[in-house]
Amino acid sequence: MKVIKIDKNKWTKGLDTARESYQLFGPVKIKENHCFAPLKRDQQPDMTVVDTVLSPKSTVFPQTEKLMTATLDTSKPNHHLMERADTDYSPRAVIGIRPFDARAIDLVKLNFDTKDHRDPYWCDAHDATTFVGLAVNTPSQFDFSTSMDSGPFDEKGLDVLLVDMDTGYLAKILTPKGEAFMACAGFNREATAGDLQKMEELKKAAEQAITTQVETDNLREKSLLDLHQAPFWDDVAFSCINCGTCTFVCPTCWCFDIQDETKGNNTTRFRNWDSCMSPLFTLHGSGHNPRGEKTQRVRQRFMHKLKYFLDKYDQGTMCVGCGRCVKSCPVNIDIREVCNVMNAYEPQK
Amino acid sequence: MESYIEQIRTLAVDLLKSGKVDVVIGYRRGSVPMATVPFMARTPEQAKQLTWDSHCTLNLANYLTNRQEKIGIIAKGCDSRNIVNHIVENKINRDQLHIIGVPCKGMVNPKELQTLLDDEIISCAETGSTLTIASSQAEIKIEREDHLRNNCSLCTHRNPVIYDDLVGEAVEEPVLDDPFKDVNAIEAMDADEKWNYFDDLLDGCIRCYACRNACPLCYCPTCFVDESDPQWVGKGQNDTDIKTFHFLRAFHCAGRCTDCGACEAACPMDIHVRAFTRKLIKDSKELFGWEAGMDISKRPPLDTFAPDDPNDFIK
Repeated sequence: MKVIKIDKNKWTKGLDTARESYQLFGPVKIKENHCFAPLKRDQQPDMTVVDTVLSPKSTVFPQTEKLMTATLDTSKPNHHLMERADTDYSPRAVIGIRPFDARAIDLVKLNFDTKDHRDPYWCDAHDATTFVGLAVNTPSQFDFSTSMDSGPFDEKGLDVLLVDMDTGYLAKILTPKGEAFMACAGFNREATAGDLQKMEELKKAAEQAITTQVETDNLREKSLLDLHQAPFWDDVAFSCINCGTCTFVCPTCWCFDIQDETKGNNTTRFRNWDSCMSPLFTLHGSGHNPRGEKTQRVRQRFMHKLKYFLDKYDQGTMCVGCGRCVKSCPVNIDIREVCNVMNAYEPQK
Repeated sequence: MESYIEQIRTLAVDLLKSGKVDVVIGYRRGSVPMATVPFMARTPEQAKQLTWDSHCTLNLANYLTNRQEKIGIIAKGCDSRNIVNHIVENKINRDQLHIIGVPCKGMVNPKELQTLLDDEIISCAETGSTLTIASSQAEIKIEREDHLRNNCSLCTHRNPVIYDDLVGEAVEEPVLDDPFKDVNAIEAMDADEKWNYFDDLLDGCIRCYACRNACPLCYCPTCFVDESDPQWVGKGQNDTDIKTFHFLRAFHCAGRCTDCGACEAACPMDIHVRAFTRKLIKDSKELFGWEAGMDISKRPPLDTFAPDDPNDFIK
């Protein structure tokens, strides 16, 4: 696996060269918070921010995404026929995505790209994207990625892993897509054995800096129904205000709602992020709501992340340990605590 | 704070032991620095987890809506005013409640504290009026009063307005020279400036509805944004739809909002949504001499008719 060395004073020039072939996304400060956004011509990604408030899932799964359009003008031959929206899927690169977030995109792919169904919008965006990750040298106190089959230097889901070496970056090229991006940016100086050793040391230090351990080893063996009927859910859910913050900041929450909007003769079909925290999410046309109570919704979120997904795909939990929900939850519901409670739960016989 | 915690626990334990209440709603310590968790103690043992500090930012009245039990509830000034609202609006009975009032010294703004240190805050402890915040690299001491949340720095009702027990002594109520300076500044803008101000204000809203859900006033069984037949508002990230949500929500709070700041404490995107509700607080005061949640025998001004109403159309 090739590792390239990039001087920081050549970084900006390289990105500017890459911009000619790729649309770049990266972390930028919007008012007081950092978010991933398309970079404007003269805008550089902020490579110092440890994590953004929202995950970069929007780069392949925008909060509001145009899917289809139709005209209602009956003089047109294709009137009332929904046709796929004209979306730009030319090459793009997400710069500075953190390893847990790339891991999350890999997990979400299991949902959007299955044997039976391929979501064309998500998959086309994903296919068009090169993920240029940035290792986490100094994990935050909220980071528990090492417990969730990821980690500060995790390579899963990435095309390139950058490591900040202070004066420069080391770029570990992981896929042909990554190789193409680096070549396009003109980065090609090979790293030395000394550099590689330093990178390993940083990796070890970063992994050791994560002190939160979350136990997940029993989740697979637990009975789904036992967990579903466990008595602790009311207590977990009491403080929940059922806002959508946890689901919106989460890199692996992928649920959506589809809406049609019409203005004049133009109809557009959108999808918007939706949230299992909202009662409307499961409200049936009949008026029945199978998750009408707050506790049922809170349980759904944790069961989906930590049990249903695990049972269905056998690829670990659908949590990557980024800690965003822990940090942003207005009432401090802590998935680390809930996961430990689930993992340790033994039903009373 | 330490003496507050002792008294809160003692009162709560006694209430649960004596069977006067079935549950006590308060705060317990959070799992991360500068966080508390709204918490319901069902047993005297659990009541020992109750706590109090400068991070009790959510409004506990939000947890009373339509509950059936006998409830002990911890209430600072703003919570108590929202309890009054809840009683007036028939969301809870006064007889169901045993209110443990806590004279409030203001809650701090954790995001402001974070700006005081380069690295992330990993601990926050308080003694009296002093908070000690620390990162892995540095530790500093600050005074609570210097870093209050904006709504707390503008609060003139720190003492609970309704209670059955009071923890500690009542605190002095601040007198403000110009309580609506912020609202006046917006009122003085011309139409274009206002438009740009509100455009910028709501930039970044992700419509997670944390502001609405943290608000004790927002208890409608189905919020207008969730109505689907008819659907009043589009669901996407369209500017007009986002504005519609915020404008209408604010108007629904007119004459009811106590400026408790739960909306802003809950917002993950740091949107200053109180810019809307504060204008309505000012109008309520100027037009109707009204402050929300002060008296359980009075209905809010938009809910009543008075012959001396200042508007002409009503005469």
